Amino acid sequence: MSTLTIENISMRFDLPNGGHVQALKNVSLELRTGELMSVLGPSGCGKTTLLNILAGFLAPTEGRITLNDHPVTGPDAERGMVFQQGALFEWMSVRDNVSFGPRMAGKREKEWAGTVDHLLDVVGLRDFKEKAVYELSGGMQQRVALARCLANDPDVILMDEPLGALDALTREKMQGLVLRLWKETGKTIILITHSVEEALLLGERLLVMAPRPGRIHKEYRLPFADDGVGKDLREVKKNPEFGQRREEILSMIWDMEEEIMGRTEEAGA
Amino acid sequence: MIILIIYIAIFAGSFFAIRFGVRKFRQMKDFTSLKTVTFGDESAVRPDRWASVISVVTIFLLWGAFTGSKWVPIHAPGPFVGDAEFTYTLEAPDGARDDATVFVRVFKVGEQVEPPEVEPGEGFAKNDVSTVGAWRSDLILMDKNDEITRDDGARVVAIDGQPVSAGDTVSVASGKVTITSKGSINFSPAGGMQMEPIWLPPPEAVVDRVGEIASAGYQNFTLWEHLYWSLYRVIVGFFFGALVGIPLGYAMGLSDWFRGWFDPIVEFMRPVPPLALIPLVIIWAGIGETGKIILLFLAALWIMTISARAGVSGVAISKVHAAYSLGASKWQLMRHVIVPNSLPEIFTGARVAMGVCWGTVVAAELVAAEKGAGMMIMVASRFQLTDIVIMGIILIGIIGYGIDILMRKAETWLVPWKGRG
Repeated sequence: MSTLTIENISMRFDLPNGGHVQALKNVSLELRTGELMSVLGPSGCGKTTLLNILAGFLAPTEGRITLNDHPVTGPDAERGMVFQQGALFEWMSVRDNVSFGPRMAGKREKEWAGTVDHLLDVVGLRDFKEKAVYELSGGMQQRVALARCLANDPDVILMDEPLGALDALTREKMQGLVLRLWKETGKTIILITHSVEEALLLGERLLVMAPRPGRIHKEYRLPFADDGVGKDLREVKKNPEFGQRREEILSMIWDMEEEIMGRTEEAGA
Repeated sequence: MIILIIYIAIFAGSFFAIRFGVRKFRQMKDFTSLKTVTFGDESAVRPDRWASVISVVTIFLLWGAFTGSKWVPIHAPGPFVGDAEFTYTLEAPDGARDDATVFVRVFKVGEQVEPPEVEPGEGFAKNDVSTVGAWRSDLILMDKNDEITRDDGARVVAIDGQPVSAGDTVSVASGKVTITSKGSINFSPAGGMQMEPIWLPPPEAVVDRVGEIASAGYQNFTLWEHLYWSLYRVIVGFFFGALVGIPLGYAMGLSDWFRGWFDPIVEFMRPVPPLALIPLVIIWAGIGETGKIILLFLAALWIMTISARAGVSGVAISKVHAAYSLGASKWQLMRHVIVPNSLPEIFTGARVAMGVCWGTVVAAELVAAEKGAGMMIMVASRFQLTDIVIMGIILIGIIGYGIDILMRKAETWLVPWKGRG
């Protein structure tokens, strides 16, 4: 029922020097409720632009986006966002951050207190709810960001490299948490990442984008996210198919990067 | 020069005393003290509190020692006080010479003394008496009681046996004697190395003045009233500056039109020192309270505007995006994100603005005022009341420092998230 439809999106903007950038060209997609799609691609392929358009922060020059059959025109509580870092409100406690959405909607504390406390339990921050967010570690801060997004009960969650700034160990734990939250809440999630492993582990669908102009290069359907729920993700990585896919996608992205380098060299010569 | 040498000697001497004396016994073993690279590592340079204490004590010791303070046991040599005498040799036109003695009683300025009583002595030159205050000089018309005067052609040819002519200066036992161009004697008792109170009063005189002016007042107002009025002007001026400046800064940070409209005004007014506006403000609003407050308002306004604008532009775009994605309205974004996020910047601006306002109010009061700390020291300086001037400067410094400390305390209390985003 709840479907995110991206129809033929293009994004092209002028530069002050008279040139222009084609950030996205003819991107079309459809996501069903509860799907988790990870997006991979070399830098400059337009994945962040795509996410910003979905969130409603940018207007595409062509095409349209609909969520549940109504068009997306600006930011809205139905599409939650988790940023890489720095998006928490450091003047609020953990609990005030998590309850920000419901409070802005004008709900009374007794309406949201249960949900917020439950979410703090789920992300393991029950004992930290009165702490200031700047007292938390990077991983804990990202858990607050996840809980804050979920507390608002959005239809779609857009994640812009949410684990990119974390150290490798914390990152692995957080990947498990993302999978668990996805299964428990049944949200539609789009996750942008730079890590091929993360994209494979978490993406039920995996979109590889290519640059100049930004476009969809290839799409995969993967079993690993379903396999990984509630399991040790390292076990999933031992699956030979996982390794095979990883090599395939890595070399695909390498080729794209080399093509970009080549082009830049030609342009420079 | 001597003071500078003593100061450097104390600086170096106490350094070695602390370094090789006290430090040996009280070696701290915290992390920084274990660093081997300290020269060049700014974080390893911590102020030595011994040095701070000795530095402050040294200033007071030097101040007391060179002003003859009762509070300081050691003094630089003071001015000569007591009875001085020297002999002059008068030569008559016919070549006859006669010696006479001048007795001078040197007294502390402010005391009343009688000249010493002496016999006139033998010969045509008679002994003279005079009184002079310490650090002053006295013109002695030595021949007014002599039998042969300068009008008759007599002249002084020697002082204490040292030959002199007009314009010469010779040293005598307790001072200097100069023969003026007209042939009379000018005596300056030895000044010693202490400062005269009209240049630099001793610390106890300054403290006494605080008590006196605090109770009796100066120029129609007590000390507290002078300080109160200066502070009052700063607070009112700053309050209105912030009241207008912060919303203006927000508007400039949030709207193209406001930014474009006020940019040239703010960018032009910002580098104009508030002191340069004093003449214009006096022309427009006179020297009363209105003028002062307008001046301080203008001094605070641009600083607060710029800091509020910087506070808005300092909001990470991801926070704004996050708030909108969580369903916040524009007003809610303002109230819950932009304002709290800009508070650290605004506090920094407020600290700068208070400092600038405090400096400006004192300067404005120096120019023209009926009351206020600046007016107090300006009027006192016209009457050479150096103790009031020094007291005023010290109090102005203490209050300025106090304002800064209070603002910092308020900052850590109200915006604990500063620099932690």
